[in-house]
Amino acid sequence: MAVASYKNHKTFWHRNRIAITPWLFLLPGLFMFLIYVILPIFQSIWISFYEWDGLSPKNYVGFENYLELIDDENFYTSLKNNIIWLILYMLAVPVGLFIALFLNQTVTGIRIYKSLFFFPFVLSQIVVGLVFTWFYNPANGIFAIILGFFGVEAPSILGNEDYVTYGIIAAGLWPQIAYCMILFLTGLNNVSPDQVEAGRLDNAKGWKMLWYIILPQLRPATFIAIVVTVIGALRSFDLISIMTQGGPYGSSRVLAYYMYETALSEYGYRMGYGATIATILFLIMMVYITFFLWRMYQQEKEGA
Amino acid sequence: MKSLLLALLTSALLFSQTAWSGELVINFDGPDPAPKKAFEMVIAAFEKANPDVKVKWNLFDHEGYKTSIRNFLSANPPDVAAWYAGNRMAPFVNAGLFEDVSDVWESAGYNKSLAAAAPSLTIDGKKWGVPYTYYQWGVYYRKDIFEKMGIAVPTNWKQFLDACATLKKGGVTPITIGTKYLWTAAGVFDYLNLRVNGYDFHNDLTAGKVKYTDPKMQLVFDRWDELVKPGYFVKNHASLSWQDALAPMVQGKAAMYVMGNFAVAPLKEAGLTDDTLGFFQFPEITAGLAKAEEAPTDTFHIPAKAKNKEDARKFLSFIAQADIQTEWNKILGQLPVNNQSQVADDKFLKAGFNILNNAKGIAQFYDRDAPAAMAKAGMEGFQEYMIHPDRREKILKRLDKVQKRAYK
Repeated sequence: MAVASYKNHKTFWHRNRIAITPWLFLLPGLFMFLIYVILPIFQSIWISFYEWDGLSPKNYVGFENYLELIDDENFYTSLKNNIIWLILYMLAVPVGLFIALFLNQTVTGIRIYKSLFFFPFVLSQIVVGLVFTWFYNPANGIFAIILGFFGVEAPSILGNEDYVTYGIIAAGLWPQIAYCMILFLTGLNNVSPDQVEAGRLDNAKGWKMLWYIILPQLRPATFIAIVVTVIGALRSFDLISIMTQGGPYGSSRVLAYYMYETALSEYGYRMGYGATIATILFLIMMVYITFFLWRMYQQEKEGA
Repeated sequence: MKSLLLALLTSALLFSQTAWSGELVINFDGPDPAPKKAFEMVIAAFEKANPDVKVKWNLFDHEGYKTSIRNFLSANPPDVAAWYAGNRMAPFVNAGLFEDVSDVWESAGYNKSLAAAAPSLTIDGKKWGVPYTYYQWGVYYRKDIFEKMGIAVPTNWKQFLDACATLKKGGVTPITIGTKYLWTAAGVFDYLNLRVNGYDFHNDLTAGKVKYTDPKMQLVFDRWDELVKPGYFVKNHASLSWQDALAPMVQGKAAMYVMGNFAVAPLKEAGLTDDTLGFFQFPEITAGLAKAEEAPTDTFHIPAKAKNKEDARKFLSFIAQADIQTEWNKILGQLPVNNQSQVADDKFLKAGFNILNNAKGIAQFYDRDAPAAMAKAGMEGFQEYMIHPDRREKILKRLDKVQKRAYK
């Protein structure tokens, strides 16, 4: 009887604390996430249906901004550049891997070489952008001097619509390769010597050794390297801003930069149109993120 | 004891009262040495003339100011704010953030003495700010190279093209330009347009009343072709800033620069002198057409939500005075807007003052006369045209599309 009454008097908290406690711990994080991530997403989508200069009253225009976007050459240029960025930036992963394999040996002073290779990652993107801008300067940049040595006249890389995006990507790859390299170097430290030994006994050498023994063990490192590279490609904003400001005539813009330019730059303040670009960029990203999460989920299931 | 306390209290009250009513807050965006020094001088003179007013001024970075003004005008307005004339002030006027200051213009005959800048400060028949400085645009050239090659200062288009041809043959690039930040190309376009079609057409175009595919625009680009196609502009201009483009001129590799007067200071610092550097008015193209000039004007405005509008009006009226503008612009190395002012003893300023006083009209500049979205697309179009002159039609059609949207 006493026990039963005790049970009856058990509070709501006592009965549910196992279920509630994790939510209490999550609450601050969820609250921040809601305010700084989820709400702005819906706010952006909402603003994309308006015409608004940030000062005057908003003016509802329905899908007009989206119709304009479909007919906007600048949008397609930016989208194309985004895709080029995503594809070429992936080079950082294999190149980083090979530099890591190359540096993964015990020679005197290897630590110095490693740090020299890692050095570009320590630099701010702004500095990288500035250095490469000078590097590409057609009048007295080192690129022009080297080509001049072979009797070739240097093209103006950052002033040419065909080269400019590749020029900026090359600048971005420099620190990105270093980043991937350091990820693979730490990964290589954890490669089990027993498995390598066993592979040797089975006569695995060179490529076969790399492909069947080393790479599978580097899977977590590869995963992180791909993720940071994709993120790096998508935040190419700073390099573009410092090297070309989207020029010449908008041919090096990516969607994020175009959004900034229409919404927030000196000649912009078309908040509605900027929000429209943001919404489209968000939808494109959602496809990628969903695919990525789905694959991760599948792999976890296999692993379990 | 009680009376002493009371006296203290009243004096404190009085003091805070005067401090409150007599404090004038000014936001200003000239952190460079000359504008800053000049502004300090003006503030000191204003405080001397109005001992009961205490000026508190905030100095902003030039680029950052363009963003901050949008915030502080509505959130935390000063009593006076620096800005620009023309379409650049239109968004603030239309949003009701600037105060109508027509009365300041009336008060001391400024409608007459500042007449040159009046149209660019008028929207809906009212004046929204007071101008204090502007500067001329034109062609800066290497006098010594012209003399060596026996070229006279060109006054019409044919002479100008001949000069270019002679320079090119002599191994000197005729015109230097850096279009990386776009607006320099707009300077060339504006001048070609002003000389081919005139001031009214410039205004109609930037007001969205004429299309970019208008036959008259073709005439402008026909003239531009005559400079672009033979390669009279410096190579790789799309990767040069306007400062980068000074180098070929200083080194004697290029001979002319279509620019604003602010280019004189860095050119002289780099070693050119009054003997090697000259200035001439952009030559005539359509014979007999009255010449209009570019002269971007800097201004001061009163935010609509300012607390101390009375003293702000005093300040605006003060900076429009002839003697103040004389002193101010001597330090700035620019031209006073007030036509009763004196110009500094400098051959470039004197030439500019002369040209502007005889101008048919004063254009602010393509990107200050046209609304922002149009200006950006237009300037990108001009840059693209200068690299690919064969894309003219495509570019003009695109600009028509932007125009239709931007002027809705």
